[in-house]
Amino acid sequence: MPYTYHTDEDRKAMLAVIGVKSEDELIDVIPEKFHLRALLPIEKGRTEPETLRAMGIISRQNRPASHMVSFMGGGIYEHTVPSVVNNLASRPEFATAYTPYQPEASQGTLQVIFEFQTHISRLTRLPVANASMYDGATALAEACLMAAKITRRDVVLVPYALNPRYLKVLKSYVTGQKIEIRPVGMSPTGDIDEASLKQELNDRVAAVVVQTPNYFGALEKPWQYEKDIHAAGALLVTSVDPVSLSILRPPGAYNADIAVGECQPLGNSMSFGGPLVGFMACKQEYIRSMPGRIVSATHDVDGRQAYVLTLQTREQHIRREKATSNICTNQGLLATRSTIYMSLLGEHGFTELGRVCHERARRLAAAITACEGFSLQYSAPFFREFVIACPVDASAVVEAARKEGILAGIPLSRYFGAAANHLLLVAVTEKNQDEDADKYCDVLKRMSPAKVGSK
Amino acid sequence: MSTHDFSQTIYGRSRTGRHGYHISSKPVEAPRDIPAPYLRDEPIGLPEVSEPQVMRHYIDLSTKNHHVDKDLFPLGSCTMKYNPKVNDEVAAMQGFAGLHPEQSDADAQGALRVMHGLERLLAAISGMDAVSVQPVAGAQGEMTGLMLARAYFADRNISRHRVLVPDSAHGTNPATATMTGFTTQTFATGKDGRVDLDILKSVLDDDVAVLMLTVPNTLGLFESRIGDIVEMVHKAGGLCYMDGANMNALMGQARPGDFGFDMMHFNLHKTFSTPHGGGGPGSGPVACRSHLEPFLPVPRVVESDGKFHLEYNRPKSIGALHSFFGNFGIYLRAYTYIMRLGSDGIRRGSSTAILNANYLAARIADTYPIPYGKRCMHEFVASGETLKEKHGVRTLDVAKRLLDFGFYAPTVYFPLTVPEALMVEPTETESKETLDRFADALLEIAREAEQSPDVLHEAPTRTPVRRLDETSANRSPVITVPTS
Repeated sequence: MPYTYHTDEDRKAMLAVIGVKSEDELIDVIPEKFHLRALLPIEKGRTEPETLRAMGIISRQNRPASHMVSFMGGGIYEHTVPSVVNNLASRPEFATAYTPYQPEASQGTLQVIFEFQTHISRLTRLPVANASMYDGATALAEACLMAAKITRRDVVLVPYALNPRYLKVLKSYVTGQKIEIRPVGMSPTGDIDEASLKQELNDRVAAVVVQTPNYFGALEKPWQYEKDIHAAGALLVTSVDPVSLSILRPPGAYNADIAVGECQPLGNSMSFGGPLVGFMACKQEYIRSMPGRIVSATHDVDGRQAYVLTLQTREQHIRREKATSNICTNQGLLATRSTIYMSLLGEHGFTELGRVCHERARRLAAAITACEGFSLQYSAPFFREFVIACPVDASAVVEAARKEGILAGIPLSRYFGAAANHLLLVAVTEKNQDEDADKYCDVLKRMSPAKVGSK
Repeated sequence: MSTHDFSQTIYGRSRTGRHGYHISSKPVEAPRDIPAPYLRDEPIGLPEVSEPQVMRHYIDLSTKNHHVDKDLFPLGSCTMKYNPKVNDEVAAMQGFAGLHPEQSDADAQGALRVMHGLERLLAAISGMDAVSVQPVAGAQGEMTGLMLARAYFADRNISRHRVLVPDSAHGTNPATATMTGFTTQTFATGKDGRVDLDILKSVLDDDVAVLMLTVPNTLGLFESRIGDIVEMVHKAGGLCYMDGANMNALMGQARPGDFGFDMMHFNLHKTFSTPHGGGGPGSGPVACRSHLEPFLPVPRVVESDGKFHLEYNRPKSIGALHSFFGNFGIYLRAYTYIMRLGSDGIRRGSSTAILNANYLAARIADTYPIPYGKRCMHEFVASGETLKEKHGVRTLDVAKRLLDFGFYAPTVYFPLTVPEALMVEPTETESKETLDRFADALLEIAREAEQSPDVLHEAPTRTPVRRLDETSANRSPVITVPTS
């Protein structure tokens, strides 16, 4: 039977050492009435070739974005995953280890986390980063809980253009702690309405969430109202796309207190949205309020450089009900992938990545707006994602494109109701070539009012 | 702080102007259409290294890890079983790995089939009515469970505030209670290491929302009075949550639904063989009885006429706990694993895990006493107290010495109810020879404790580094390579 290896002789010898006659005797502590007499109503086991065949058939019932021309984003992006990342991260030394409780035999994992923290710290220009969170959404939720604890306040201000899936998770996380979420309006240009923000600021506000680029791809200007937020005694919590930080102003440069985000684009596959990997960085003074694991440099008794889990008294296995969070595992293997990815691309490659993404997005936006009836919905600057207004229902554009093997984007009516019927969220990465943009525009041109009208 | 030597980090290997990887075949200019205030005005500070340097650096780091593909990893309550490689091959199939979560249901029928299928399999294994695979870790599964309870009581206009946990519980249980707005009440375990009905009765009242119980418990003991326990809590109007961290002992033998539990979570990275990844990603699906189903997280995956779709319109749902649908790549692996095992393999897996733990316990119990008896389920907790009293050698020293023997250490100093605890879980995938080598090592270490205790005090000596200064790291942590 798969994955158990005792011979009959082994089993007999082991039972003799234990001093029982049968394996059944070992489970007689389970009351008789609870014993399963029959096997579970599940199919019998299969060989490896049979399993691969069955799973191959199921996998082909999907039509993956990676086999199509894709402009899908909304928090998950298809970037090139360098061969080095796949090769190194599949090594069992990383994949089949566990939490480094015995640091002497876990220096590999510990140093990788230390390098991850350093990469994130430099990207965000904040001095402190942890070993990773479940995903960008839970990282944001944990950041808001953290801000509420630090400020002892109970209101979180959330912009209209926050990723709606993040908002849903944030709501789930804060309800138990009686924290109120209040909305901040959006300006016609697609970024935060500063008057609305200032109006909502008061002495109950623990955190102001700013996502930049926001869900609509528009860039925010937190430096314009950072002082107001801090003057009101609240913390500035930013949710940022780490790829954008290759060329955009980092949170630490506009006095953000906590920065969180999603590292899926850094060397991880889309995998139907999971597993993902969140990050969290913050100012030095908040390190002891931070959830999750943190690695510190240290020395061994012989003075050798080494790494170890630190500040564990924040964590659940020591602090129990007084812990900063219940989080236990991080997303170790995905963080390892992101670490290797950032190391490999390095200063030059990572900057190049951001520039290429933006340049291709800018060119696609220009090509789309040249199609009759299509325009950019917002005028705020964007990085690699933007909203287009269509002359017809966005879902009709998506359906027409899908027939030609193109994923045209996310129709915003999915999250923002009928008023957004004509809006489509379009994302571009370095994987999108100029000919992809041409194919896309061919579809749009056929949807333009003149063409539709002439039918 | 400057006493640290960071030359062996990836930053120490950096040389300005070295390019490891190119995105574009020609130079790309900085954007001119984005106004200056939005742009980064100084370098990021990432390293500049070559591709071979990256390979060698991380290969070098990888050799400094102990891992289950190298040798036994007997970490109690973590179920470090072998991670079948076929699982990874399936998760890497482009039909799965290349799927974007915002694609239409029509493009994702295979993925939804796996989600739905795994939920059905876990329901069958647990004897529960409904499952959500969305929670991404055991701790998040617990959180989901307590949120279900909160929503359930709120729906009935009942106000209850307390969560009961025994003193042997994992730390995540009380931490989760706090996070979900409950207060934790810890109660003492009975003399036999199990829940004592009288003690339970003394803490039960109409303010108790949930009893959280790990079965088998962290001592590796089955709660033999489980039927009575659940009935008492139900009579008091509370719900019962099973922490499924130790489900590896039960799968195919008995079902939490039959014990009467209202809800539970699984750890796919433990029981269902998915790689632990140096600390994640995990996956913590939640199973529940039908009275809690309306509150499960959205989206739910629903089948009608052989087609699958995601359903968001569940007014009583607790909402979402993840950006999308949970750790899909992990539940693909678990699904593949269950397909390989089948009903017969599942049962053989748990019975072998129990056999292995009992065998190991029997081999070492004379030297490392097992306070609650050497008959156990899938794991046992031995005590190093005699070694400490007789030879001044602590459990920590034993753990460190095991690293010199090429093993990882068991979970130590947990549960808190056993002094100098060594919590050992060998799992079913270990051969008798490996178990014998491990038992021999433990017995040899006990001899060393008697004859040359300093060998243990100074252990480990064969690992890449020796014992670490954790105190100064805690006092003034250095958590990044400083910018020069």
